[in-house]
Order: sequence, then structure tokens, then C-alpha cells
Amino acid sequence: MARVLLFGRLADVAGWREREVEASTLAEVRALLSADEVLAEALAGPGVQAAVDRVIVRGEAALTGISEVAFMPPMSGG
Amino acid sequence: MKVVLQSEPFDPGFLLTAFGARHPEAGAVASFSGYVRAEGGGTGSLELEAYPGLTDVEIGRFGEAAAERFGLIDWLVVHRIGLIPAGEAIVFVATASRHRREAFEACDFLMDYLKSRAPFWKKSHGPDGARWIEPSDRDRTDLERWETP
Repeated sequence: MARVLLFGRLADVAGWREREVEASTLAEVRALLSADEVLAEALAGPGVQAAVDRVIVRGEAALTGISEVAFMPPMSGG
Repeated sequence: MKVVLQSEPFDPGFLLTAFGARHPEAGAVASFSGYVRAEGGGTGSLELEAYPGLTDVEIGRFGEAAAERFGLIDWLVVHRIGLIPAGEAIVFVATASRHRREAFEACDFLMDYLKSRAPFWKKSHGPDGARWIEPSDRDRTDLERWETP
């Protein structure tokens, strides 16, 4: 089980900010979210980063227990 | 050495007075207050989204780097999140050091980081609707000034 969070324009594109999914890897989360083609395209866009349990990860990551997975578009600064 | 993210308004003058009073050994305190600019009709606002637990940790890491680089005695970053109307303070940075140059430079350095790389997502609300904002070229080149060859 993973709690998925979307930030910035990704949440606008998807129409939701938070949702729980059954997945044991980051790749599975991406695959599940890709059922929404518009969101899949946005997630594949330049500069989109993923974080697992509030740590930015590059590439693949296993999810253990209840992990929080966040997808973040390019950061805007304050 | 603190990062505060808050949705409530703050008073930069009050923060500066309290920060300065905590550091009798500092000969210099520099600060910067940033406000949401009124554009055109002056009815706009900014919406700042943060990821608590990641945004504050990342900013804290940068603050520690600034403290080490400039030999700061202390630093403070206060940043508004949520909806912020034009005219209100959105960011406050204060730095304390033994002598003025380090405090000035560290404050400038921290603001360049906050404006270009800090993990926020920013939306502008104006008469023509809302749009997401990304760092300007100026924000990026301002940060590059601090890169050592």
C-alpha cells in the first residue's frame, strides 16, 4: 500500500492530490497512474521528480510498509 | 538555525527584532523581507504549495550550507504557504555573523536559493485567472553567481 501525493500542476492535471494504491515498487505506482493518459504524459514531462517517504529518488525504488510516494513538477522557488 | 513554513501572516519587523535580540555576540544582522507584488490592478495573490517534511528539510540543508560557507552565528527563514494576497510579506530571511560582509552575503545567497530552487510550487491568481509559475532566467542566473569554479 502506498499513499500517492501529487504537487503543483500535476494535481491540477489529475484532478486529485492524494490517493492510496496497491503497489510494491515505484514502477508499479507509475504503471497504475498511467491509466490516466494525460497524467502519464505530465509525469513523463521534463523535470518531474519522485520522492519516497520524503526523500527524492532517481530511478527505481521498492516500497515497504506504508510508503508515501510524491510526484513533483519542477520546483518554482518561493 | 530554523525554517518556518506557515500559512498565517507574519510581521517582518517583529521577527527581526526578536532575531537580533537573541545574538549579543553577533556584530551584524542582515535581513530580507519579500512581499507579494501588486501587478496592474493590485488585486492579485500568490498561492504557494510546499511539501512539509521535504520542503523545510531541503531549505534547512541549504541554510546549514550557508552557515558553514559564511561562518554564520545563526540564520532564520520564515516562508508563507497557501494563499497570500498582494501586499503581504511572503518570505523573511535573517542572518547573524560577527562582521557585516558575511551576514549580507549569506542573506543574498539564501534568497537566491529560495527564489530559484526551493521546493515550492507557485501559482499566480490574477484578473485573467490562475497560472503556475516557474523560476525566471534572472532567478537562475542570480543563483549561478554563487557557484565556485
